[in-house]
Amino acid sequence: MINIKLTDRQGNLHVLEAPTDMNLSLMELCKAYELPVKGTCGGMALCSTCHVYILSDQLLPEMSDDEEAILDTAFFVKTNSRLGCQIKLTEQMDGLEVELAPEDEEY
Amino acid sequence: MIETDIIIIGAGPTALFAVFEVGLLKLKCHLIDYLPQAGGQLTEIYPKKPIYDIPGYPEIMADELVHNLLKQIEPFHPSFTFGERAETIERTEDNKFIVTTQRDTVIKAPVIVIAGGLGCFEPRKPPISNISEFEDKGVEYIIKDPQFYRNKKILIAGGGDSALDWSIYLADIAKEVILVHRRNEFRGALDSVEKMKDLACIGKIELITESQVVGLNGDSKLESIVIEHDKQGTITRNIDHFIPLFGLTPKLGPIANWGLNIDKQAIEVNTFDYSTNVPGIFAIGDINTYPGKLKLILCGFHEAALMAQSAFKIVHPDKKLSFKYTTVTGIEGIE
Repeated sequence: MINIKLTDRQGNLHVLEAPTDMNLSLMELCKAYELPVKGTCGGMALCSTCHVYILSDQLLPEMSDDEEAILDTAFFVKTNSRLGCQIKLTEQMDGLEVELAPEDEEY
Repeated sequence: MIETDIIIIGAGPTALFAVFEVGLLKLKCHLIDYLPQAGGQLTEIYPKKPIYDIPGYPEIMADELVHNLLKQIEPFHPSFTFGERAETIERTEDNKFIVTTQRDTVIKAPVIVIAGGLGCFEPRKPPISNISEFEDKGVEYIIKDPQFYRNKKILIAGGGDSALDWSIYLADIAKEVILVHRRNEFRGALDSVEKMKDLACIGKIELITESQVVGLNGDSKLESIVIEHDKQGTITRNIDHFIPLFGLTPKLGPIANWGLNIDKQAIEVNTFDYSTNVPGIFAIGDINTYPGKLKLILCGFHEAALMAQSAFKIVHPDKKLSFKYTTVTGIEGIE
């Protein structure tokens, strides 16, 4: 079990407990905690509704071409932007700090 | 006008299997889909990805599942309208529905089944506060006629193939082409990237990377645009047209105005038969929502089977429906 520190779009801090033996992604963890992350495509790096900013410096899996391509179509993209669905949670990520990026458009 | 028993909106896996389930009850279907072919997301987005949770198939490619579903419903002769979007709905005096598409195809039936998946794919709009004020007044999300931009000053934003291809194409037509992209690298086809860079070298395209468009100015139409550069700060350019090309995003579309109860882009249904709050309209598959909803193809299939029972009663209020297994009756269904 690891902890993820997540700041939501209102600036509130949430500490999320995450198992590392279930192949969970950061997007799936957010959905499990009922945070406002849509994950429209289900985790295939096809939308950008799980867009997050990485605030701490844990080593994360490298970005795939698919992830880069989708971030090119997203907005509010920064140098620390990632798709939550492409970050599989592992023991090394304990204490990871992330922030939800703004939504492209409201519902 | 096309007349049928059931109008199905969408042609993804749930919509296709719905044709089978109502076909067993001898109900005819007409399907409408905004995409140019059947299969929905499976064909459009991930045709070559394997799916592992279709009962009876340890593994099946998305396009193969669509192919099989189309074969499975062949005996029921469904008809299709592709490339069109169901726009409006009206109720007739004989208690049927008339659905009209944006290309004025008119279909009449006593039952509508919405199996629209994520909705219609529409252009993604950049989050610039006043962008809607300039739509069709200098902001276009789709290039319909390139000649429209002859001798105009245009700015294209985006880093994919369509942004590259249109920048290259319009470099010979427009007076000035500016291409804005958030990174130095482009994800488009390699030869397109090289061609664009060549055009930038000879001054046919002004390339501004590490930048995003953040503001639009003008009185009655677009006159100038504000770009935020990662290092240089704010850049302003006078332009006639801004064409953001950031791909497509699914939207519920006109269905949102049909008087259905909607929760977060999904249609609320009764799990008894997946009926909506409007009698005669059902919603199945990824587009509906109810407590415990799972967006799985498998669940869409189940929903289609239950929907079919109630749809039959609406189409044939005087006929009695008895449930039969396909192993007993084949796919001829019931009398």
